[in-house]
Amino acid sequence: MRMEVSDESLAKAATAGDENAFSTLLERHYNGVFRLAFRLTGARAEAEDLTQDVCAALPAKLSGFRAEARFTTWLWRVVVNAAHDRRRRAATRVKHAEGWGDWEVARRAADKETEEAVDWLTQSMRALHEDLRDTLALVLDDVSHADAAKILGVSPGTVSWRISEAKKHLRALREKEDQL
Amino acid sequence: MSDDLDELKAALSAATPAPDAAKKAADIALARKNFAELQESRSGARHTSERPKTGFFRGVKNMIAGLNMRGALAASTALVALGLVVVLPLGELGPRFYGGSDWQTIERETQVSERESVLPELEERVPSLRSESLAVDEFVTAEQAGTAQSVLQGGGLYSTNNEAAKRSLSDRSRMSGQLAAEPLILAPAPDQVVILPESNTETFPDADANPLKVTAEEPVSTFSIDVDTASYAVVRSSLTAGQLPPKEAVRVEEMVNYFTYDYAAPEAGGAPFRPTVSVTDTPWNSNTQLVHIAIQGEKPAIEDRPPLNLVFLIDTSGSMNAPNKLPLLKLSLSLMLPQLTDQDQVAIVTYAGSAGQVLEPTQATERETILAALDRLHAGGGTAGQAGLQQAYAVADGMAEDGEVTRVILATDGDFNVGLSDPEALKDFIEDKRETGTYLSVMGFGRGNLDDATMQALAQNGNGQASYIDTLSEAQKVMVDQVSGALFPIANDVKIQVEFNPAQIAEYRLIGYETRTLRREDFNNDRVDAGDIGAGHQITALYEVTPVGSPARQTDPLRYGEQTVVSTEGELGFLKLRYKKPGAETSELIEMPIVEDGPLGSDARFATAMAGFAQLLRGETYLGEWSYAEAITLANAARGEDPFGYRAEAVQLMRLAQSLKR
Repeated sequence: MRMEVSDESLAKAATAGDENAFSTLLERHYNGVFRLAFRLTGARAEAEDLTQDVCAALPAKLSGFRAEARFTTWLWRVVVNAAHDRRRRAATRVKHAEGWGDWEVARRAADKETEEAVDWLTQSMRALHEDLRDTLALVLDDVSHADAAKILGVSPGTVSWRISEAKKHLRALREKEDQL
Repeated sequence: MSDDLDELKAALSAATPAPDAAKKAADIALARKNFAELQESRSGARHTSERPKTGFFRGVKNMIAGLNMRGALAASTALVALGLVVVLPLGELGPRFYGGSDWQTIERETQVSERESVLPELEERVPSLRSESLAVDEFVTAEQAGTAQSVLQGGGLYSTNNEAAKRSLSDRSRMSGQLAAEPLILAPAPDQVVILPESNTETFPDADANPLKVTAEEPVSTFSIDVDTASYAVVRSSLTAGQLPPKEAVRVEEMVNYFTYDYAAPEAGGAPFRPTVSVTDTPWNSNTQLVHIAIQGEKPAIEDRPPLNLVFLIDTSGSMNAPNKLPLLKLSLSLMLPQLTDQDQVAIVTYAGSAGQVLEPTQATERETILAALDRLHAGGGTAGQAGLQQAYAVADGMAEDGEVTRVILATDGDFNVGLSDPEALKDFIEDKRETGTYLSVMGFGRGNLDDATMQALAQNGNGQASYIDTLSEAQKVMVDQVSGALFPIANDVKIQVEFNPAQIAEYRLIGYETRTLRREDFNNDRVDAGDIGAGHQITALYEVTPVGSPARQTDPLRYGEQTVVSTEGELGFLKLRYKKPGAETSELIEMPIVEDGPLGSDARFATAMAGFAQLLRGETYLGEWSYAEAITLANAARGEDPFGYRAEAVQLMRLAQSLKR
């Protein structure tokens, strides 16, 4: 009978200092982290940076993992928080860049190019408000509403509301695009 | 609404790029570096896991792991990262590293430190384990180089099945001395797999003893008969190994039904079996009585029996390699062959390991062919995921003709990976096949992985018999003496219903049959399945009853309880039996009153001794001061002729249990 060591016991071993357990755990979930990062940011380059941030910080964060939560739930929260951190830093940068108008215009143009590479849905997601986007990214990643609520630190009702809001926005966007 | 989301999800999945491999490797290397640095900053303060977390040895290991996992680029990155920390702890490694007896050190630490801290230690020594999915047997293989003890201690740690693991761990520590002396069993040379002597993952149905019932509240008791005997053999194998059996493994009715008694035979031309009811004093309580219900099945003349088609479905997984498993099975089958005639056919299908049909349907008289096929069976290798059960039934269907009896006999040590992994689907499949007339019997071999609960369930659903074979003499008993009974049904779906007379009986308790109780309304419902009686089978059921006015009564009578006045004086109760003739759709009814009777024959007294013994093993509270000593005295006095020595053996087991209890 084959049985896989659970994420939780690996995480526990890793917390106790087992390097191999840590590597196994990270290798198991790296792709998931990247996928979520991509959906949260909507661009490959940003997703890569975000994933790197998560990887770099994970060893120190791991001591905060408590066995009562599912490991993936905890990990997605780490990713979502890292994404928020990045956005905050980006916002500060933008503020500091006021007056550097040209630089900012150039940066947005570069972003535009990236956006054109991915399909309209991803763009649409980028058009959503951050909260909606985060929620949608999780739910579309097969995270249950209850877990998404835990990860985002909001109530399950809020998650459901955000999902329906997101749907409304998307439908509107699509109608607009269909008219074009 | 959800369509929108589904569409979005699909599109998004398509849009999400795969991570860049080089980037991934670099990220993971970065994380590992940070992890190692973090450990480094901590290890100075903490000595719980004793060994430094980094070092030359580990560095090399990581390099190798890196090479395997992520290609040269990743490995070199990881190596550079690790190279920084490799230098640091070398000084501390000192004697441990150069002393060369690292294993011993770990072992001493392992014993002292807690289980949690054992975990990383063991993991460290088993690099191959850290692959995506990890098999317990792989673990064992990897640990081959280690000492037997570390194998034993490690055995349970990786199991996600915590309950079983905990139990096996505590079992093991309890009898570690004994186990250490037991030799490891070596698989055939090519794969060099070391198999644990016993990784205890046995499961037994967890059924509480039937509670005491108050006749005025619940006068009717209904259950299905049970012809299995596996429990007795499990108990015997535990006791002779010097251990009291797990409580759940003891089923009173099976302990009693293991023995043959001289019950009155049915009259020719009547019902295929004959019930006899007698009432006797309870050995363990002078104020209660035992109602003893005995059923004797008819024995059709052996030359009249219909042709028999047997398909043996044999587990050849690696764990079957122990001397008390596959070799014992081969011996058992060769013992049975002389009982078969040229009308009978035998086929063999294997699963797990060497899979498929290894013997086409062959006339039972071609002994050389069959025995040669048996000799070719060998256990080994992993599970092949072959649909063993379906194949066995397909072979059986091919053999079946009108008027013949077809049986699938599953022989296993607990690996039920027969091709259907969902227990419900498995149950349905067997039930389905039961309707077509092909029944399933299960024979269990070996201890350690025995899935008693599943065995029971399969045999019950397949209308067959579950037996457990631990010795050659048990094989003799099951396969030879009773082969005719187990294989030729004379009555199907036999249910027993007893209605007690509240005017006579205040309380009653069904002894055993916990896993066989039926609802009251099931008795008359012919669609509800129940146990079958084979040719010559004997079934014994015992009720302990408390007469009205007895000081042994445990409940107070109801002040306002309505007392039914029944004209049937002297009747303790009324026995009803339902059964179907083989192939019949509707059941027939047998009824008889339960009246106070003369003393039981010595034979029946032996049944009460066994019932008492079984209840002692289960640790039941109804027995009061009655102990093994009394059980031994009673059993010895009731031993009777005992031509095969089965009863003498039972008394021996009682003595063993008595000394183990102290």
